[in-house]
Order: sequence, then structure tokens, then C-alpha cells
Amino acid sequence: MTVDKKTLKELYTRTLKVRRFEEKVWDLFGENVVPGTLHLYLGQEAVAAGVTTALKKTDWIQSTHRGHGHVVAKGADMNAALAELLGKETGSCKGKGGSMHITQFNVGVLGATGVVASGLPIAVGAALSCQMRGTDDVVACFFGDGASNNGTFGESLNMSAIWKLPLIWIVENNLYAMGTPIKMMCPSATIAQRADGYCIPNVVVDGNNALAVYEATVEAVKRARAGEGPTLIECQTYRMKGHSRFDAAKYRPEKETKYWLSEERDAVRIIREMAIEQGALTETQAEKIDAKISKDVEKAADFAKKSDFPKPEETLDDVFAEVA
Amino acid sequence: MPEKTYRDALKDGLREEMIRDERVFIMGEDVGLNWGGAFKVTKGLADEFGEARVRDTPISENTIAGTAVGAAITGMIPVAEIMFGDLITLAMDQVCNQAAKMRYMFGGQTSVPLVLRTVFGGGKNIASHHSQSLESWFMHTPGLKIAVPAFAYDVKGLIKTAIRDPNPVLFLEHKLVYDKKEDVPDEDYTVPFGQAKVRREGEDVTVWGTFFMLHKALEVADELAKDGISVEVIDPRTLAPLDKKTLIESVKKTGRLVLVTEETKTGATTAEIAATVQEEAFDWLDAPIKRVNAPDTPVPFSPPLEGYFIPDNKRIAQAIREIV
Repeated sequence: MTVDKKTLKELYTRTLKVRRFEEKVWDLFGENVVPGTLHLYLGQEAVAAGVTTALKKTDWIQSTHRGHGHVVAKGADMNAALAELLGKETGSCKGKGGSMHITQFNVGVLGATGVVASGLPIAVGAALSCQMRGTDDVVACFFGDGASNNGTFGESLNMSAIWKLPLIWIVENNLYAMGTPIKMMCPSATIAQRADGYCIPNVVVDGNNALAVYEATVEAVKRARAGEGPTLIECQTYRMKGHSRFDAAKYRPEKETKYWLSEERDAVRIIREMAIEQGALTETQAEKIDAKISKDVEKAADFAKKSDFPKPEETLDDVFAEVA
Repeated sequence: MPEKTYRDALKDGLREEMIRDERVFIMGEDVGLNWGGAFKVTKGLADEFGEARVRDTPISENTIAGTAVGAAITGMIPVAEIMFGDLITLAMDQVCNQAAKMRYMFGGQTSVPLVLRTVFGGGKNIASHHSQSLESWFMHTPGLKIAVPAFAYDVKGLIKTAIRDPNPVLFLEHKLVYDKKEDVPDEDYTVPFGQAKVRREGEDVTVWGTFFMLHKALEVADELAKDGISVEVIDPRTLAPLDKKTLIESVKKTGRLVLVTEETKTGATTAEIAATVQEEAFDWLDAPIKRVNAPDTPVPFSPPLEGYFIPDNKRIAQAIREIV
């Protein structure tokens, strides 16, 4: 596939935006202004960037408990996203959701969920809705290697296949379900091959290479929009940090971390060099984009910090929608 | 006005809503062409509306419920069926963690206009996995509306209200009332949520109950009238929202309350109702509140055992006589 320069630039921009956003979240956590826990997306940025660049605005994504990156890559307002992480009333969920439920419906995010593998059935429903309403919208559903061991994986892949739904299953295989290595819990060499049992075309890509993720997603989206049904893409990637905020991930062997966390494997470096090599960006332009993103993230952090907490009695709001 | 069975009244309600609003569709195991639902509620609807809108699904309860959630938040109005209420245990995550909480945890960004139909209750000698009454579990889940129609007129009006409500509605039916007949208008009408119905007016004691127990309570009321005991019978029609006002007013009038449901006693809806009445009408009570429930065992199979398990007219009458 030949990719135009604009797309390469976009892939770099989105990958970097997620990186800078998550670095800021890490800093804010250090400042002790983020209540609760966090599952950082650092290291996996190329997956969200590659997938969302292949989608249009009205396409949907279903996120996970490690969802900041998905939401930011899909085009979320960063002010509302960071404010949500800080539990502020200006947050996209008015402080009701936080990190595990960070969501912005207006840019096509169906939700982030705290229950591993619970997003798959919801993605089936959204894709069925796209199909029944006769739109050409598609749904990309993110989930981790661990989720592929849950019952909903089988149920949902099956349903998406029998109904030829416009769905792209994105497995972010970061090798660990919390602290448990996937190779202990999955007998096959890849997650992707599990899709064979449901007659779903599947492919394994380098999840740290935004272009590779993008290209695989473009093919899958083409099939989905043409009514040819779902595709599963396994993106092999790695967490830069632990599972959650207090996990130092000491259980990962040194040889493995050395490889995955090397400069060589860094998602931002990979797409940046590619874009520069192919003439989509100059070094100066790349720096300029970085400066702009960093400034926006900084502003968003200021906005979030300065925002008020919700009033305690707002606890009672939004349980039910008003009946018309 | 034509006399119709509960089953046909329910089907009429579904059919009329499907004609009225093309977003409404039915899905579930064996709801379609070959079977028309285990209790034949949807029989014939697939012929009329096609297999896309009356959609058979695989045996995948959690994904059936999750698909309904995903479709509901993207512009459809699914009426999903779980064949037996006991099997809703397989869909608890989607019902209680997703459907019920989505609007709240996403700060009001979305609403979940779905209906999940299922059927509770014993009396058919089909043992522990096909006979339970689990409504109190869901009454304990904020974010769900719960309809409990026990009569043919109500079931048609309540299914319409459920379908038109922007929130997730658990629509609970009972196996032994499908063949009960009542006058049911052919025209469009709704029965509002949160409005109990006084099924029989009385002066001496209030009986509050649900489903088939209401039919029994009305028989008991007829019998006791012969002995000069005047029984008021209240049908809540929905458990969430719960019409406390009608109940409290009745208790203030009669000063006595008997609660009758088919649930096992500990943690039953009757416990919640008793607590509510002592909070709001303690001074008007002339006798302790009596509860008539099933014993705390699984539902047994053999007729004499099941007959012992399910409250009968004798037990209801005895409870009333003990406090009148």
C-alpha cells in the first residue's frame, strides 16, 4: 500500500498526541491530583493512532479500561478528558466516570469500560445498529490479550461473523493480562488465530508501528463497509509502565523489557522516522507539531486543575434520562 | 372490547410499536421464524416484519444483552428476550454493569433505550433452572426500570411505555399468566410506570403482591369476603419506579399489610416493601406486617415439593387471618 504524505503526518501527530497526553497524566499523578487508579496507554500509542486514522468521524470505537489513548486518538477534547481524570465537573463524564470510563460520545466513542471484555458485545450491537440503519459507518472494538479468554470473545466474534457486521476487532496484545503472561493462558501462538474458528479473516501486525496498524485497518474497514463482515487485527505491543498506577511491573523479564522498551521499538520514533524518510515531514516540522501538542496538553492540564469539583449533591444526577 | 390472553395482548403491543417506530426490533433465542419464542409471544412477528427485525440469536445471553446495549446507544430500540429469567444470570454484567450504569458513569452523555424481556416464576415443574423469581436482584440495581405486568390489559400498555422509555427496562413476565384473559382494547394506549393499581378495594387489610400471586390473592379476597373480611389488593405494576403513595395510602386506610410474592423470602422485594412501609406509615400499622414468600431453597421439581414451595391460597388466607 502506498500511503500519502498527509496520512503519514497524521499518524505521527496522533501517535505523539497520545504520548504527550499520557506523559502529562503520569506527571499529574505524580502531583497527586488524579484520584483513584490509572491504566496508562504509554507504549501502545501506535495502535490507537493507526486504527483511528483509518476511520471517519462518524465511525465508532469501543474502548477498554486502558482507554485514554483511544479517546484522545479519536479526537476527544483534551480539556474535558483531563478534567475527567481529575474528577472535575468540566470532565466529559462530569466526574462520574474517571479513568476507566473516559468517554466522549460526540467524537464516536461508545464508552470505556471497567469490566474486561465487556465492550465486545456492545460493539456487536453498535455494528448491528450501523447495518440495520443502513449507514456505512463501522465499529472498531479495542480489547486486550486477556479479554480474549473471556466468554464474550467467543460469543461476540461468532455473532459478528454470522451477521457479517461492519466490525473490526482490535486485539492489543501487550503480552500481559495485569501480571499474567498471555503465553501461560493461551495455548496458541497468536490471539489472531482464534478468529479462524469463527471464519473471521485475521492478521498479526507490529502494534508499535502506526503505519502497519493503519494499513491493516484500512483493509478491514474496506471489507466492513462493503458488507463483507468483520476482521480481527492482533497488534503486538507492550506497556511502557505497569498495569496500573502502583505497579512497577517487576514480573517482566529484563531481556523482554530491554527489547520492547528500546529506542528501536518506540512507537513515536518509528512513525517519526518513517514520516521524515518518506518526505512527509521535516525535522523542523516534526518539532513544531510536538511543540504545539505539548502546549495544548499543558493548557488542558491547567484547565483541568483550575476546574471545580462537582457539587456533592450532583451524585444524584443522571441515573435516568428524562421521559419525553 | 375484545377479550385477549396476556400473550396476545403482549404480542399486539410489540407489533404496534414495531409498526409505529422502525427503530424497534426484537432479538433473542428462538424468537423468530421456527419457534416464535419459548412461550410463543413473538409467534408470527418474523413473518410480518422479516428476520432482520425479529432476529434469532445464538445461545449467548451476555452478548444478546450487550448487543441490545450497543444498538440502543447508537439509535435503535432493541427489545431483547432472555428465554428464561434464570438465564439472566449469564447476562448480569451487561444488564447491571453496562445498561444500568452507562448514562450515569458517562455523565449523561448517552441513554440506553432498551427493553429486556424475560419470564420468571414456577408452577410448571421445570425445576431449579427454569422457575426462579429473581426480581429483587434488579430492584437493587440503580439505573434499571422494572415492569411486572400480571394482567393482559397492563401488559400491552406497559410494553408500549417500556419501548418508549429512554432508559433500560427489564420487562418481567410470569409463565402462568400468559393464558389469562382480560378485555384488551385494539387501539393504542399506554400504562404509565410508577402507578400501582388497586385491583380490589377493601377496608380491613392491604395485600400487596406481584405476578401470579395477585391472581391468587384476588381469589383469596373473594373467599374471605364471605367471612366478612374486606381485603384490598394492590398491584404495583412496576417495581422501579415504585409507587409508594398508593401503597402507603392503602395501609393508612386498612392499618394492616400482607406482602405476597413467589420469591424466596430472604432479601425478597417484600423485605424492601416492609421496610418502606415501616419508615413511612409506622404509626398507622395496627399489626405486624406479614410476608408470604417461598422458603429459602432452590425451586424443587416434583409436584408435591413445588406445591409446598410456591405460596398457595391457603397460606395467603392464613396470613391475612392472623392479623385481621
